[in-house]
Amino acid sequence: MSATIALQPGALERHETPTTREPAWVKVLLIGIALTFFTVFLLFPLFAVFIEAFRKGWGTYLAALSSQDALAAIRLTLLTAAIAVPLNLVFGVAAAWSIAKFEFPGKRLLITLIDLPFSVSPVISGLIYVLLFGAQGWFGEWFAAHDIKILFAVPGIVLATVFVTFPFVARELIPLMEAQGSEEEEAAVVLGASGWQVFWHTTLPNIKWGLLYGVILCNARAMGEFGAVSVVSGHIRGMTNTMPLHVEILYNEYNYAAAFAVASLLALLAIVTLGLKTLVERQTRKQQTESLALENAS
Amino acid sequence: MAIRKRFSPLPGFGLSLGYTIFYLSVIVLIPLSAVGAKTIGMGWEAFWAAASNPRVVASYELSFGASLLAAAINVVFGLIFAWVLVRYRFPGKGLVDALVDLPFALPTAVAGIALATIYAENGPIGSLLKPHGIEVAYNPNGVLLALVFIGLPFVVRTVQPVLADLEKEVEEAAAGLGASRWQTFVKVILPHVTPALLTGFAMAFARAVGEYGSVIFIAGNVPMVSEITPLMIITKLEQYDYAGATAVASVMLIFSFILLLVINALQGWMQNRYSKGA
Repeated sequence: MSATIALQPGALERHETPTTREPAWVKVLLIGIALTFFTVFLLFPLFAVFIEAFRKGWGTYLAALSSQDALAAIRLTLLTAAIAVPLNLVFGVAAAWSIAKFEFPGKRLLITLIDLPFSVSPVISGLIYVLLFGAQGWFGEWFAAHDIKILFAVPGIVLATVFVTFPFVARELIPLMEAQGSEEEEAAVVLGASGWQVFWHTTLPNIKWGLLYGVILCNARAMGEFGAVSVVSGHIRGMTNTMPLHVEILYNEYNYAAAFAVASLLALLAIVTLGLKTLVERQTRKQQTESLALENAS
Repeated sequence: MAIRKRFSPLPGFGLSLGYTIFYLSVIVLIPLSAVGAKTIGMGWEAFWAAASNPRVVASYELSFGASLLAAAINVVFGLIFAWVLVRYRFPGKGLVDALVDLPFALPTAVAGIALATIYAENGPIGSLLKPHGIEVAYNPNGVLLALVFIGLPFVVRTVQPVLADLEKEVEEAAAGLGASRWQTFVKVILPHVTPALLTGFAMAFARAVGEYGSVIFIAGNVPMVSEITPLMIITKLEQYDYAGATAVASVMLIFSFILLLVINALQGWMQNRYSKGA
């Protein structure tokens, strides 16, 4: 179960001959339906965020973003992503290396288990850490005795975020590295390269776009996660509020302009994410076309 | 290592697999097993009392019903989107193609407040619908709307590559044999994309059932009417009813795991089908 899309090979467009063409009215109708749906469901919500954010002018907008609580929320969101993304990046590379380069029984099961966090409701992703670290949880007493706060504190938020963003890098890299095979790496080893040299000089250049793609999606989710973080955060202003949680608090206080001001930063993040994603997809496609051309030439 | 099947000259198998399994266990498997352990620990009667409470049952009906309906709507519009993006040229196509993934990229809380603002009775679209007696926000319609929003990319992105791979010759052959365009669509194209449509449907459905952030702002959260199941878990947690929250969560988890197996089977079917060629 995925919240990401595998990189598409080849161009997605095709050209038609008269026998495989629909009547013009069908074409116009279908494009019309798609564009209407697109405008109402996707464009309007996106525009609404920015319109509402600036409804009371720049002054209110900037004031909302530079309030102490908003700055604290931005810092916490950046910190959380700065921990969660590298952890899942290292995991993703390790998982893809073992799964794509070696044969072992139970591989399919392992891939399914890696995807597991995607099929768990965000709320449950938070709940599990309440069960582990709450007052009556498995490790709750031990941590309480040692005066370490996990739940309703930053570590809990980071853990829940790591959980929900767990599969992103791995699931981009596994199919990519499986498709690339391991001939190049094997050749490098035969020529005397060490394990790290093989990885840095042979594997990494081949997977860099897929890796970047996974990291972009992982980061977007890490910064935007709401449900899981909401359960473990405790909503302490200026302390355990991430940006999405801060948006919720402001919205529920009917402070719409401020809520949408913070939301507009997250919407901007989404737009940048989609832009980078489109760019990376284009690069991947180019790389694939080039390697195809190379194969055909030889 | 006993589990290494085939000799490989590459290093790092033990290290990478060991770390993968360790990290997977610490982050995912052990925490998730806490739900199972807590559920078993509470005993059958306590579990059943919490999981079959009328308010919770009403939330299952809404969550599963609205998610099924939303996924079905997504199949129809997702197919249209995929079709239009693969087959036609039109102005703004690049933008549409890029923004189809917006529901993945936009944080759910942002989507939630944006949808609630637009479709509230004083919002730009809500105020247009209100005179016609259609109220979208703060009732089950709002839940459906939010779920349609978040589910769309699943169907579009599973169907799009499959539709692009369908070879033109197949359609030309159908046309050459005298099939009308509609017949070709129903008898040739539709069967080809069915596995992808079903996979997209199942993915959108699975995501919708667990969705929280984009729904709660527009749902109104009226008990017995517009409360979704994830919200019931939150409500129980806020009342420190950890056992009750866990019971509802395990019902959802069992369902999610079944759906995960179904999706895996569907993807296996897709791979078989499409690797053999259309």
